[in-house]
Amino acid sequence: MTTQTPAILPERGLADRLTALFWRHPRLLLAVLLTPPLLWLGVVYLGSLAALLLQSFYSIDEFSGLVKQEFTLKTYAELFRAQNLDIIIRTLVMSAAVTIGCAVIAFPIAYYAARFAKGKWKAVFYLGVMLPLWSSYLVKVYAWKLILAKEGIITWAAEGAGLSMVLNAILSIPGIGGNSLSTSPLGTFLVFVYVWLPYMILPMQAALERVPASMLEASADLGASRAQTFRTVILPLAMPGVIAGSIFTFSLTMGDYIIPQIVGTSARFIGLAVYQLQGTAGNIPLAAAFAVVPIVIMVIYLMIAKRKGAFDAL
Amino acid sequence: MHSDRASLGLKIAAVGGLLFLHLPILLIFLYAFTTEDKSYQFPPPGLTTQWFGVAWNREDIWPPLYLSLWVATVATFVAMILGTLVSAAMARTSFFGREQISLLIILPIALPGVITGMSLRSAFSIMDIPFSTWTIILGHATFCIVIVYNNAVARFRRLSGGILEASADLGANSFQTFRYVLLPNLGTALLAGGMLAFALSFDEVIVTTFTAGQQSTLPIWMLQELVRPRQRPVTNVVAIVVFLATFVPILIAYYLTRGGSETAGSGK
Repeated sequence: MTTQTPAILPERGLADRLTALFWRHPRLLLAVLLTPPLLWLGVVYLGSLAALLLQSFYSIDEFSGLVKQEFTLKTYAELFRAQNLDIIIRTLVMSAAVTIGCAVIAFPIAYYAARFAKGKWKAVFYLGVMLPLWSSYLVKVYAWKLILAKEGIITWAAEGAGLSMVLNAILSIPGIGGNSLSTSPLGTFLVFVYVWLPYMILPMQAALERVPASMLEASADLGASRAQTFRTVILPLAMPGVIAGSIFTFSLTMGDYIIPQIVGTSARFIGLAVYQLQGTAGNIPLAAAFAVVPIVIMVIYLMIAKRKGAFDAL
Repeated sequence: MHSDRASLGLKIAAVGGLLFLHLPILLIFLYAFTTEDKSYQFPPPGLTTQWFGVAWNREDIWPPLYLSLWVATVATFVAMILGTLVSAAMARTSFFGREQISLLIILPIALPGVITGMSLRSAFSIMDIPFSTWTIILGHATFCIVIVYNNAVARFRRLSGGILEASADLGANSFQTFRYVLLPNLGTALLAGGMLAFALSFDEVIVTTFTAGQQSTLPIWMLQELVRPRQRPVTNVVAIVVFLATFVPILIAYYLTRGGSETAGSGK
């Protein structure tokens, strides 16, 4: 195919002529293939993002409640009101906590799956992480509503083990406790960690799988103890995977509004604020401005992650 | 030797983590059989199968189920066409803007759903588009493209370019090559991508709440029941249906692409 020889076969029809055209002009084929999906993504998705930005520069008329379609920064200024800043800070703190929680629980799973699981166990770990990743989000959240309910399995187990005191002590801590686990920030945190955990495990595992065994042997040969090898060889090499995973857990927590609505106090998060503002309140400009906040934070986050080489682990 | 065996602590943490991922789902099944429908009492005071019958006869469950099936089917269909096209273009060519296009494909799923949802909502509001089944499908197809794309592009990468050249040398035109050479080779990857896209769409709730207006898909119905519970075990029965409707396609997708370097589902 690399040498150009004159066609021996006579042209037979439209399909053949098109084939010849594509052969002579590969760019044309590329354009034909790319046009429909790019039109769709360009119009539907980028168009919508542009609409979001546009809306965020509109404002709402305080008297009529209608959207004023004039350029203004008033709506963004509203984000800096105390109550709205509270929402943003609360969301960021929760996202950071969830990310750390996920990293701590995910590491042993990813490490074991990458380094020690062989044959059948490899498949068990693969499916064991993938199935929860893909299975229904709402069902997972619902399962935790059952678990965390005041009359639910955790209270029952704590009573059975004689640990009710401990549970009550945890629930009485101001800031994270509450009436029951299902109405406390601690409960919200637990559900977030559970739901986003697979997103942390997979990139972590991918990064750990790329650590060559010879490097660990070299480290041992040079006299490093297990702990030293772990700290100075494995952990730095796993870092891009941790950062890649944290992109998911951070971004997903920041944008979620279902979980805080079902499990937790009525304190609002960015996602919930967006949802309520566009729905019952009808303040689409402020909802749009709120939605821009996670985008800006994620862009900054991604730039830092890119510098740390996290994208090679995706 | 230092790296042959996992320590006991690591084993416990790893297996414990896996159990943490799986045990909660089992409770959904248990609670579908409880006789207590006013609270989430554990252990259940008694077991019954009556809720399956009750759920079957509840008129308000069927329309959301049909809507979800319809939306997922159409969205998957659109995503499969667009995803295949873009993966064919991206597979073995390099051109200006390639990186940007791959970012554009991933963006709908990389950004939180609330942003995708709110963006679509803003656009509908600016253009005065009324909510309908098609606005739901529009959103779903957009984030399903990447799923099909991921599966197809991985298979393309593994295909040797030689078979396409052989087909051309034997006198097949592009369309014949596509029909007789490319499609049979891509088949399972596309099917797996379609399965995953269907599962994703069937279960999607965040974007849907922004694009559905007054209509209810099954996940939206479930969400309403979660916020204001009525017959709690009935919600469990529906949850089992939703769980199976996503679980089964994922398992099929796994078996379709098993053994390859690009087993389906590692990127959601």
